Amino acid sequence: MSDETTEMPASEEQAAARDATNWAKSVSRLNVSEVPEGAVNINVEGRRLTSPIQGFGKMWQKTYQVRIPADRISNTDLIAVWKQRFPAFWPDGNNFYGPLTGIEPGEVALLNMSLPGKMKLSTGVMVLYADQESFTLMTPQGHMFAGWITFSATQVDENTVVQAQVLMRASDPIFELGLTLGGHKQEDQFWQHTLTQLAAHFEQEADVDTQVVCVDKKRQWSRWSNVWHSSAIRSTLYTLRAPGRALKRLFKRDRAVA
Amino acid sequence: MPEAATTFDVREVSDQTRVIDIKGDITAQSEDVLMDAYGRASGDGVSAIVLNFTGLDYMNSGGIGLLVTLLVRAQRQHQRVLAYGLSDHYRQIFELTRLDEAVGIHDSADDALAAAGRS
Repeated sequence: MSDETTEMPASEEQAAARDATNWAKSVSRLNVSEVPEGAVNINVEGRRLTSPIQGFGKMWQKTYQVRIPADRISNTDLIAVWKQRFPAFWPDGNNFYGPLTGIEPGEVALLNMSLPGKMKLSTGVMVLYADQESFTLMTPQGHMFAGWITFSATQVDENTVVQAQVLMRASDPIFELGLTLGGHKQEDQFWQHTLTQLAAHFEQEADVDTQVVCVDKKRQWSRWSNVWHSSAIRSTLYTLRAPGRALKRLFKRDRAVA
Repeated sequence: MPEAATTFDVREVSDQTRVIDIKGDITAQSEDVLMDAYGRASGDGVSAIVLNFTGLDYMNSGGIGLLVTLLVRAQRQHQRVLAYGLSDHYRQIFELTRLDEAVGIHDSADDALAAAGRS
């Protein structure tokens, strides 16, 4: 009797292994396993992920790049450092509460962002994809934009080219207005700062090359109701209710002592 | 940039429908070849672009981004985008990224072409 076990070619095996480890497992709604101290989980738990297809505003592709001499850091080593110290390169006042396991496919991180007017925005991201040369964060419903950001590093000639690329639509009409009235500029500054700090970590003074392309000028008016999930509105309401929550906690503590 | 390890062949199956046969990997480096293939596929009167993923070896998040861009370009031309030949894994990726809400996914070439013919 012949052995009819079929073997997968080595290249297919490798591809299947990459698939299994690099992509997040399919989820219908996000689940935050642990909320670190200081983080706020009002706009992530139970939310669905959103691609640019589900967003409201114009669709943009924004690419930010810096070059670092390859003899200083290889692309894979750079990505390893970036994953490990991801929030360290962000502008002050913005917090990324990543899971203890680090940036791994499927992990969910909570974000507390600073917006103009001392406004705080509580939102989050899920790690959609991660390999040795790149990782991608995808946004949930209610985030300021629907889409993802891919961070990558490639070896080009004598340089390690480091890139952050955002593919996005504003989630709802309020965020679209906000982006138009200075939000895009603030976002550009955010990633330019991040890449400058990342390059500085490797002792490289770098100018950030920024390219902004409007992929689709049309707004998707059928998505206006995304505003229902708006993290801006919910974060503001959460902040306004803070005194009430503090009183409630105090009352509960007093009753427990009594 | 590293050269894209991918080929995209375009087939005309009817006046309204073109099939793009994908072979190899789809990553961010595939942008030029994919958009070139879309340009060749998208002529006057074409109302459906069918992506044949049977020969797909690997796709990363950059590749998914390219598909979103292709989808937007097709929608601007009032074309539908359909797909077949996706492995279970990539079907799940389409669901995860919610690309399946805009791309019609089919089990076989016959199903996809029949759906394209109805567009």
